[in-house]
Amino acid sequence: MVRYFLLLLIILSVLVIGMAGLRDYSFLPHRTSRPPIEIFPDMVRQDKVKAQAPSSFFADGRGARAPIPGTVPIGYHSPGTPDSAVMGGTYDVVLFSGNADYANTGKLGTNWGNGLPFAATPATLQRGQERYQIQCAVCHGATGAGNGIATKYGLVGVANLNQQRLRDMSDGEIYNTIVNGKNTMLGYGANIQAPDRWAIVAYIRALQRSQYATIADVPADQRALLTGTNPTTLIKP
Amino acid sequence: MSNFFPRWANWLPLQILICVLVAGAPVTLGIWYYFTPKYTRVGYQPIQPVPFSHALHVKQLGMDCRYCHGFVEVASHSNLPTTQTCINCHGEGKILSNSPRLAPVRESWKTGQPIPWVQVHRLPDYAYFNHAVHVNRGVSCYSCHGAVNEMSVVHEAQSLSMKWCLDCHRAPENFLRPPSEVFNMSWHPVSLARQMDIGTKLKQEWKVNPPVSCGGCHR
Repeated sequence: MVRYFLLLLIILSVLVIGMAGLRDYSFLPHRTSRPPIEIFPDMVRQDKVKAQAPSSFFADGRGARAPIPGTVPIGYHSPGTPDSAVMGGTYDVVLFSGNADYANTGKLGTNWGNGLPFAATPATLQRGQERYQIQCAVCHGATGAGNGIATKYGLVGVANLNQQRLRDMSDGEIYNTIVNGKNTMLGYGANIQAPDRWAIVAYIRALQRSQYATIADVPADQRALLTGTNPTTLIKP
Repeated sequence: MSNFFPRWANWLPLQILICVLVAGAPVTLGIWYYFTPKYTRVGYQPIQPVPFSHALHVKQLGMDCRYCHGFVEVASHSNLPTTQTCINCHGEGKILSNSPRLAPVRESWKTGQPIPWVQVHRLPDYAYFNHAVHVNRGVSCYSCHGAVNEMSVVHEAQSLSMKWCLDCHRAPENFLRPPSEVFNMSWHPVSLARQMDIGTKLKQEWKVNPPVSCGGCHR
C-alpha cells in the first residue's frame, strides 16, 4: 500500500510540473497568454482611470480625454502668455496653448520666421542631437542624408536635409514641418514637445553646416586633431 | 467480545501521520514554487491585436525605445504610441502597407478608434510607479522589462512583486547605470564589481535615495 501511495505521489508531482512548467529562468520557461490570477482583486483593481486605459464611464469607451476647448490643464500656462516668454531658456516647459506666436507656429505674422525662440546653448544642440537621433534618424539618417534605416525597407521619398533647398528654408518652416509634416511625412507634433522641436531645428542646422564644412571652419588650435596621426579621421579641405 | 480491530490497526495512526507528512512536503514545495509572482506573473505573454515585434524594431532596425514611448522621461506612465506613430512608416504606399498583420493598425487609422493593445505589466492600482523618475535617474528599461529588444512577443520578465521593488530600493547601486545607457538595451556591465563601481558612484553623485517607507509607493 505504501508503494502505491509513493507511486501516486510521484506521478502527481510529475503531472503538476509537466502541466505548469517551471519558472522563467529555467530550461522549461513558463509562458501563458492567460492573465495572472488575482485572488482578491477588490483593491488591486480599483474604479479609477489609469493612463491610456479604457473606461466604461465615457460613451466612446476611452479613459483618456481630449482637452476641452477653452480650458488649460493644471500646471500649464494660460494661452494669454506668449510662448517665448514662458519658454525662457529651459526645456521643462510644455506648451499648451495653441498660441499663434512664433514659438508655437514658426510664423512671424504671415511669414516663416528665423531663429530660435530661446537662447541656443551647447545643451540645446546636445538635446537636439539626442531627439534627432530618436525621432528623425530612423528615416532621415544620422547625418540627414535621407538614408535612414526605414529607407532600406522600402520607404521612399525621404528628404535629404542637406540639400540646398532645405538649407535655405527658414527655421520656422522646418519647425512647422516637424509639427505638421510635409508630403508623405506625417506630423510629429504629438510625439515631440515644442522646445525639443526647436532643439531639433538647431541640430539640423548644425548637420547642414557640417556636411559642407572645410578645414577652414575648424578652429586653428583643433585642426591638428583632424589632420593628425589617425588617417581615418583625416578631412581634406 | 473478541478483538474488534485486527492487530495491524495499532500502527494505522502512525502510518497515516507519515503519509500526511510525506505528502505535505511536495504540496508545500509546490505552493512555495508556484504561488508567487515569480511564477504567476513572469512569463505572461498575451496575444496582441498586432504581432508587433520589439526584436525586429529595436534590435534589427536599431530604433530607440522613445521613438514610440516618447514621453517616458516626462510622464508617470510610459505611453503607448499613437496609431499615427505606426502609420509614419506603415501608412499607405509605405512599408508593408498591405500586410494583413497590420490590418488593425489601418483600421484604427481609418476609424480613429484606438488599437486594443493588451497591457502586459500591470501593477496593482494601489502602487504608484513613476517611469520618469526612474529612467531619469539611471534605472534602465531593461531592469524591469527584461531584454525587450530580444522579444518578438513581449512577455513579463520580472515578478514586479513588492519584495522585488524593495530589493532595488534598498540597494540601487546593483542596478543603476549611466544616463546615456538607460535606453540601450544591450548595455551590460562586464562584471558585478564593475556594476558596483558604477552604481555606487552614480548613487552618490545624484544622491539617489529611493523611498523604502510605505508612502513612497502607496498613497
